[in-house]
Amino acid sequence: MSDDNAGTTGTTAGTTTGTTTGTATAPAGTTAGPRMLEVAGLSAWYGEARVLTDVSIDVAPGEVVTLVGRNGAGKTTLLRSVMGLHRQTEGTITLDGSDLAKRSADARARAGIGWVPDDRGIYSSLTVAENLLLPPVVHPDAWSLEKVYEFFPVLHERRDFPGTKLSGGEQQMLAMARVLRMGSRLLLLDEPSEGLAPVIVQRIGEIVREIKGQGVGVLLVEQNVKFASTVADRHYLLAQGKVVEHLGNEEFRAREGELLTYLGM
Amino acid sequence: MSEFIQYTLQGLAAGGFYALSALGLAVIFGVLGVVNFSHGACYMLGAVISAVLLGELHVGFWVALVVVPILMFGFGVLMERLLVRWLLALDPLYNFLLTFGLTLILVEAVKQRYGVSGLPYEVPAGLTGQVSIGSVNLSTYAIFACLFSVVVCVAVGLLLTKTRIGMIVRASTEAPERTRALGINVGRWVTPVFGFGIALAGLAGVLAAPTRAITAEMGSNFIIILFAVVVIGGLGSILGAVVAGFLVGLVEAYGIAYAPTYAQIVIFVLMALVVLVRPSGLFGREEVA
Repeated sequence: MSDDNAGTTGTTAGTTTGTTTGTATAPAGTTAGPRMLEVAGLSAWYGEARVLTDVSIDVAPGEVVTLVGRNGAGKTTLLRSVMGLHRQTEGTITLDGSDLAKRSADARARAGIGWVPDDRGIYSSLTVAENLLLPPVVHPDAWSLEKVYEFFPVLHERRDFPGTKLSGGEQQMLAMARVLRMGSRLLLLDEPSEGLAPVIVQRIGEIVREIKGQGVGVLLVEQNVKFASTVADRHYLLAQGKVVEHLGNEEFRAREGELLTYLGM
Repeated sequence: MSEFIQYTLQGLAAGGFYALSALGLAVIFGVLGVVNFSHGACYMLGAVISAVLLGELHVGFWVALVVVPILMFGFGVLMERLLVRWLLALDPLYNFLLTFGLTLILVEAVKQRYGVSGLPYEVPAGLTGQVSIGSVNLSTYAIFACLFSVVVCVAVGLLLTKTRIGMIVRASTEAPERTRALGINVGRWVTPVFGFGIALAGLAGVLAAPTRAITAEMGSNFIIILFAVVVIGGLGSILGAVVAGFLVGLVEAYGIAYAPTYAQIVIFVLMALVVLVRPSGLFGREEVA
């Protein structure tokens, strides 16, 4: 399983969605290699309502992959299913080849999945430093507190402030720094650019490129197509709970205008 | 003036019992989301066990102060493991009803065994009599109970703010799901936290034993006032529980002293006022309301 390449996955997505909205093809420029995260044939429900249908995606180490789609397309549900927070699912999710089905959210986090929720998830009853120190260190490559403070000087300055006294951008940095200090090998970033000033979005882009360089995989939910195209290698387009397109970044950039219209932005 | 100081001390001593118990109620609610209706009964058990230890085994107050919280911790662990745990996934109302039922059982069981008249308990040697400060005579035991409660509250506060366990408890209290997604096994802390909360109610019971009539029903009124304390302090707020506990103790003591007819009502008037001005309580987070 672990040596499946992106082309296979792309074809799979194409077969399952070919009859509906579009045809997903294997994007150009993707490399074969070990997959870190593999989601295969994932469907998810909220009660009777089906929100994901036969979704197959994968992320390799050091690769940034986005999930792009309108509100309600199922992007956040997909991230929550990978994290183990949404359990009403079928299909398989594997991390480094091992099945996650039986593992609780906390066990998945300790296995190397880092969760950066869309509300940033900063604790108001914990200081900035405590927010960083709360999760256990799960990998030898985890950032030390010194490294975190060096990379994010503002977190050092504000280390004794309650976490929620930080600005939105600072809270986003804190949420990302928290999983880096934990040593997560796969980050699930849910709309990190949402509601932030362009200069801060740019900074977040730099951070994503930095952690990509360290071999960390990133699964990024993003509605900001411009931002997505500056950081990502590949893109999955989600509509109504299905993968409808699977694009390399070159093609994604070329079709940016069309995609913006498609997303209604 | 001298009377006023005496009432204040009585109020603070009674407030200490409320503060300790409300603290237990608050950590249990925070981490498990359970409103433990049996908290009053656990307070009663703390006092009854102290009386039984003294009356039947001749084990005194100082030993009871250590042994009873440990026994109550064990009782809390059993209660969580055998009963509360199975209802956690359901609507919180189920555990509220469970603990309400448990209260009735505990109260009736104590009545069966020890009757309805109060069990005797005397103020421990060394804490009897009064201390005179200027022209004011203060009960030595009330001073002790008050100081002891403050020390325990401060110690629990330090445990929650300065230790890793405290950090995990605070994080789990604020957002259990997110805390699990950050690699913390929140479930592992549920049982000890529940036991700890029950132990605090038991400790309040031991402290109250020398100054209250020890009966099966002593927790019934107590739990109602305790809910008022928690509402005033802010549901889920640790600091709020402690401050409101002492505040309600004071208000109750002044009420009994200066407006005996209205003593019981005063606390609930205070609660209504606080809720009117700050719906989430004095220290509650706004979004909790």
